[in-house]
Amino acid sequence: MRLSVIRYYLHEALQSILRNSWLSVASVGVVAVSLLILGSSLLLVVNAGKVADNLESNIEISLFLKDKTTSIQIKEIENKLKAMPDVAHFEFVTKERALEEMKRNLGDKKDILAGLEEKNPLPDAFRIKTHTVEQVAPLARQLESLAQVDQVRYGQGTVEKLVAFSRWVRTAGLVLMVLLGVAAVFLIATTIRLSVFARRREIGIMKFLGATNWFVRLPFLLEGIFLGLIGSFMAVVVIYCGYYTLIGNIQLSLPFMQLVTDRNLIMPLMEGLLLLGLFIGAAGSMISMRRFLKA
Amino acid sequence: MSNVIPACIMSSLAFWERGGCLINFYNVTKIYPGGIKALTDVTLQIRKGEFVFLVGPSGAGKSTLTKLIYREELPTRGQIIFNGRNVVRMRPREIPYLRRTIGMVFQDFRLLPQKTVFENVAFAMEVAGASGREIKKVVPKVLNMVGLAKKAGVFPDHLSGGEQQRVSVARAIVNNPVLIIADEPTGNLDPETSRELMKLFLEINRRGTTIIMATHAWDIVDAMKKRVVELGGGQVVRDEKEGTYRYEA
Repeated sequence: MRLSVIRYYLHEALQSILRNSWLSVASVGVVAVSLLILGSSLLLVVNAGKVADNLESNIEISLFLKDKTTSIQIKEIENKLKAMPDVAHFEFVTKERALEEMKRNLGDKKDILAGLEEKNPLPDAFRIKTHTVEQVAPLARQLESLAQVDQVRYGQGTVEKLVAFSRWVRTAGLVLMVLLGVAAVFLIATTIRLSVFARRREIGIMKFLGATNWFVRLPFLLEGIFLGLIGSFMAVVVIYCGYYTLIGNIQLSLPFMQLVTDRNLIMPLMEGLLLLGLFIGAAGSMISMRRFLKA
Repeated sequence: MSNVIPACIMSSLAFWERGGCLINFYNVTKIYPGGIKALTDVTLQIRKGEFVFLVGPSGAGKSTLTKLIYREELPTRGQIIFNGRNVVRMRPREIPYLRRTIGMVFQDFRLLPQKTVFENVAFAMEVAGASGREIKKVVPKVLNMVGLAKKAGVFPDHLSGGEQQRVSVARAIVNNPVLIIADEPTGNLDPETSRELMKLFLEINRRGTTIIMATHAWDIVDAMKKRVVELGGGQVVRDEKEGTYRYEA
């Protein structure tokens, strides 16, 4: 494409944006807000996912055995666990080892456990891990029915809540984003329709001079894309700066929270948002051109 | 009917190759949505290099006839051959290329007010994909021909009606069209300016460009002694080689 033509397209597009300045501002604003919501909810989902992953990888079922379980019975349980497909990994923890670990965890205060070696009140136990967090609860119920099992414990509730929360955020964010995205597309379509209307005389002249459809359309397409890109760029800047400020603060006050800080993960998200803004703008102008710029 | 038309087209194409025919209308009928009949069974032939006046009362179908040539409208029935191509069967994406071979001049000039005289003429070349160098070479020549070389940098609003119309003539001829369609080009001009403009059209016609001019200016038609096609009620009611205006007679 020749330079003069490119300059012509850019000039026409920018001139149109300035001519409909208020509607342009509104279009940019709606794109920015919808992508801001989308971006924030995506970041929330990504982080909730990471926290959930952490919890999931730590969660295990503790299977406490009744007192006086014989080693033959333990062997039997072991064989049954091996046969269960949901069991990813398990280990047997003797009451002696459990006491050792407890002492180690208590550190300085281990003295309160002194003398318990003689009459160890802790039970023998199995620690079991599943493949996925969804398998935990059903497996726990299944294990309760085993012979010689005294008690089954796992982080009942916590994980389910986190998984449900992140799913909820994802759905709500997506629904909101789709609604606002559609609104943005139509607002841009209206903006472009106004520019088409403002320039209908010029379009008529172009047509009888023998301009191809694309020659007529490209400035309008560019206008839409500009509006979308400006909006998404604003959203990206706000999200990016806001996010790193926020996680900086969180990590100071809640250092155990493991959040996503990796720029290799955040940057594609930002690029995706820019691309989406471009797409929203292009879609908006295509809608208007289909309806008002027929051949 | 369907047997007749292809034969007509064939004979016209053969005629074409001998050189001479630019436009052929074959039994063209145009009915607008709502049932308004603009043209009824019009058959008309225009040769290369001709100067044709289209006359007739308002609503007789003059504008419709010109619009059919540059595919602004499609006929309801009939075929139109322009410059060896069947305009009716043309695909939409071919239409721009058809229009680049036709220069158009309108009563209301249709210039772009935010562009200078030079830019208005250059725009026709840009649309047709000419290079910047070509534009710089050709536009001054054309402006010179219409007598506006000194006004190249002026905006249309600062020109008189006659000057504006000459800009639009310059724009119409800048791409070397085979045909110029002028729809009441003198409608907004005073008699003296109109005569000047007609001189310009005559000069363009002398250089070989076919001109079709729809007009109500009886004095011009009578003075020029060119072919006159009179439309009435959507039909050709008169076609004279060196005609006059008189349609009420």
